[in-house]
Amino acid sequence: MRLLTREAVLAFRRAPLLSALSVTTIAFSLFTLGLFGLVALNLREALRGIEERVEIVAFVLHGTPAETVTLATQDIAAFPEVQRVNYVSEDEALERARRELVEFRDAYRDLQVNPLPASIEVRLREGHRDAGSVERVAERLRGFDFVEDVRFGREWVQKLDHLRNITGVVGGAIGLAFAAVAMVIIGVTIRITLLQRAREIAVMRLVGATKWFIRGPFLLEGALKGLFGGALSLLLCYGGYLLFRDSSEGTLAGLVFFTPAHMLLIVVFGVLLGLGASVLSVGRQLRNV
Amino acid sequence: MIRLTHVDKSYPNGAPALKDVSFRVRKGEFVFLTGHSGAGKSTIMRLLFAEQRPTHGEVRVSGYDVGTLKPRDVPRLRRRLGVVFQDFRLLEDRTASENIAFALEVTGARPDTIGARVIRVLAQVGLTAKARAYPREMSGGEQQRIAIARALVNDPAILLADEPTGNLDERATRGVFQLLRDINAAGTVVVMATHDLDLVRQAPYRTIEVREGAIVYDSATDDPASAGAAAEAE
Ligand SMILES: Nc1ncnc2c1ncn2[C@@H]1O[C@H](COP(=O)(O)OP(=O)(O)OP(=O)(O)O)[C@@H](O)[C@H]1O
Ligand SMILES: [Mg+2]
Repeated sequence: MRLLTREAVLAFRRAPLLSALSVTTIAFSLFTLGLFGLVALNLREALRGIEERVEIVAFVLHGTPAETVTLATQDIAAFPEVQRVNYVSEDEALERARRELVEFRDAYRDLQVNPLPASIEVRLREGHRDAGSVERVAERLRGFDFVEDVRFGREWVQKLDHLRNITGVVGGAIGLAFAAVAMVIIGVTIRITLLQRAREIAVMRLVGATKWFIRGPFLLEGALKGLFGGALSLLLCYGGYLLFRDSSEGTLAGLVFFTPAHMLLIVVFGVLLGLGASVLSVGRQLRNV
Repeated sequence: MIRLTHVDKSYPNGAPALKDVSFRVRKGEFVFLTGHSGAGKSTIMRLLFAEQRPTHGEVRVSGYDVGTLKPRDVPRLRRRLGVVFQDFRLLEDRTASENIAFALEVTGARPDTIGARVIRVLAQVGLTAKARAYPREMSGGEQQRIAIARALVNDPAILLADEPTGNLDERATRGVFQLLRDINAAGTVVVMATHDLDLVRQAPYRTIEVREGAIVYDSATDDPASAGAAAEAE
């Protein structure tokens, strides 16, 4: 085991340039992947903020007794998708309009009759904020005969949905592409190392070294490069994150960075990339060992 | 120790390299393999250390059947053999003693025993003084002795030498040959492929001559007169 580690470390020392190159390429691949991950992460955070405000509003017919509506809100609150139900009476609606629409304060003050309808505001639980759920809940709200109209900004919800799907698909595709590129680069560098060390491998085979004794150092070397590359990419990502956050002069102060679990995942991914690429490359090159 | 029985060997893309080769080498023997270039000497060697497998027939070495050897048994067989070549095959970036130690390290020898074993074989080949020299700092003869030391360090039962003196001048040749004789005298089977008929005549060892992939003469079974005929045909 000690020998295995020594040989793998020696490989770095013997070909420092090549090793540095492969670590850097892994780091850059994972960096790009990581940046994308950060964007996706922050987009998701942002979407969650917006989604929280996805609201379905059912306008209540003028003259409907408050008890009827209150009963109905209890019903609605029991829908599995529903997080919160809020009844806004006609008076409250006017109150709110006066408060929020300062420009029209005078106009509202002089009103003799309240033109605003009462409404039921419904917020959905996380995970039920997609277009399908919204449409479903809206449909059930329409079923109450005291409901005059239901509004929920359908297009907006659908667009949000779309955006999230696209980020998922694009992210996955870019991620896979970069993983493939990283694998190819690691594979090539390992193959170059193998060629450089062809004489050594030939001697190992000649004196009776076992298959895994010969392959071990190469696999360890690949895994180590993945480890270093992964760690380096995290540093780069953190640098990029700080740069972005601080140059935005506060508008992006809420940007989030990876959680420790994410970071571990990235490093593990790097190790797996390095190991996988070396297994493939060594396997193809040393098939007859 | 070694037994070939009706061995044929064809390389994937070539004409047959060996045709119906049979011979047997017993404990303690020193055997010359002679023959023209391309006769098949190296092919026999490659069968013996399981780099190639016979197309037909049986090759048995130190209890292993090379034709049916499982991949994981190949290293086991090779640990019981020492192999040296015309081109030494030393690692340029390691000293003499590191080259020898390498053979022990990669076969999983106990680290605390390696130093002593390296010193012992260095003394055996008479190059204790060159322990820290790199291959480029040594003469061809010295390099071949280090290669022999590396082959010996695992205490092999059989030493295979494929034209070990092919790159050496006369003096170095004599030195290396004497070393191989000493090794044989200590009990190791030596099979040596060579072009050098002077060397063959010098020593009273068994000679097997290969021509176009077949054995045409074996001094252990044929009468000495045909040896002369075979030698003249060279
Ligand atoms: N790897 C190979 N692939 C195909 N043919 C080969 C291979 N190695 C050897 N041969 C062929 O097999 C025959 C025997 O070759 P071999 O190397 O055994 O001869 P040799 O007696 O060792 O010759 P030399 O004295 O030149 O070393 C030759 O015809 C050669 O061309
Ligand atoms: Mg040859």
